Amino acid sequence: MTAIGDTAPPFTLPDTAGEEHSLETPAVVVFTCNHCPYALAWHDRIAAAARDYPDVRFYAINPNDAERYPGDSLEAMRERVEGEDWPMPYLRDESQDVARAYGAKTTPDLFVVDADGVLRYRGAPDADYSDESRDAEWLRDALNCLRANEDVTRPETEPVGCSVKWKQ
Amino acid sequence: MTVELLWWDGCPSHPEALDELRRVLREEGVEAEVSRVQIEDDEQASRERFPGSPTIRIDGEDIVPPGEGEPFSLTCRVYRTRDGRISPLPDPEDLRAAVRRAA
Repeated sequence: MTAIGDTAPPFTLPDTAGEEHSLETPAVVVFTCNHCPYALAWHDRIAAAARDYPDVRFYAINPNDAERYPGDSLEAMRERVEGEDWPMPYLRDESQDVARAYGAKTTPDLFVVDADGVLRYRGAPDADYSDESRDAEWLRDALNCLRANEDVTRPETEPVGCSVKWKQ
Repeated sequence: MTVELLWWDGCPSHPEALDELRRVLREEGVEAEVSRVQIEDDEQASRERFPGSPTIRIDGEDIVPPGEGEPFSLTCRVYRTRDGRISPLPDPEDLRAAVRRAA
C-alpha cells in the first residue's frame, strides 16, 4: 500500500485496444470500473479534469474481478470506450497487482503523483458524488498545488464508492 | 404495508437509503417498520432476487423494478434520477410515488 510521500508504484497495463501504457508523471491514477454508480456518477468530472490539465497524464484503471462482475470485462470496457469520449486510457489490471500496490479500496479511488513520482493526494474527487457543481474540486486543488509547486492542502480524503472486487 | 430494505455492506449507500426511506415514510404519514435484510453472499442474492444494494421493496414490489435479465449479485445498484443523472440511490420522488401507490 502506498502512503502520501511514498514513491508511486510503476506499472505497465494494456488499454482496451491492447496497447500498453506505463506510468509517466505527473499523473492521476484513477481506479474505476463500469458497474459502480459512484464511479459512473463521478466519471464526467474526472474526465473534465483530464481535459483541463493536459500537462498531467491521467490513467483510468479497472481492477475488478470480471469473472464475478462481467460488466467489468475487457469487452465491456472496450464497448464503453468506443461509445464515449474518453480523454484518458482505460486500462485493465487483470492480476489486480497494481490496485494492490496502490492500496485501492473503492471505485473510484484517486491517486495524484507529482513529476518526481511521489504520491501527493489520495481519495475522492470531491465531497459529493451527487453534486456536479463540486467539479472534482479536491482533485483540482491537488493538481493546482502541484502546478504552483506547493504542498497539497488536503493530501488525503476518504475514498467513497463501491469496494474493489477482489478475486476470491 | 411491508417495507424492506435489502442491502450489502460492499456498497456504502445503505445508511443514506435508510434515512431517505424513513424520511419519505414520515412525510407521507405512513407508520411502517423498515425491515432490513443484509445480503451476504451470491447464493442469498440469487435466492432473494437481489439486483444490487440498496433495493427497496414495498409490499414485495421493487420500487424501481430491475430490467429484464438483470443479474442477481453482490453489487451496488445503478439508479437514474428523474433528471437523468446516475445515482447509487433511487430518486426520492420514485420512492414517494411507490409509497403513495401502496398506501
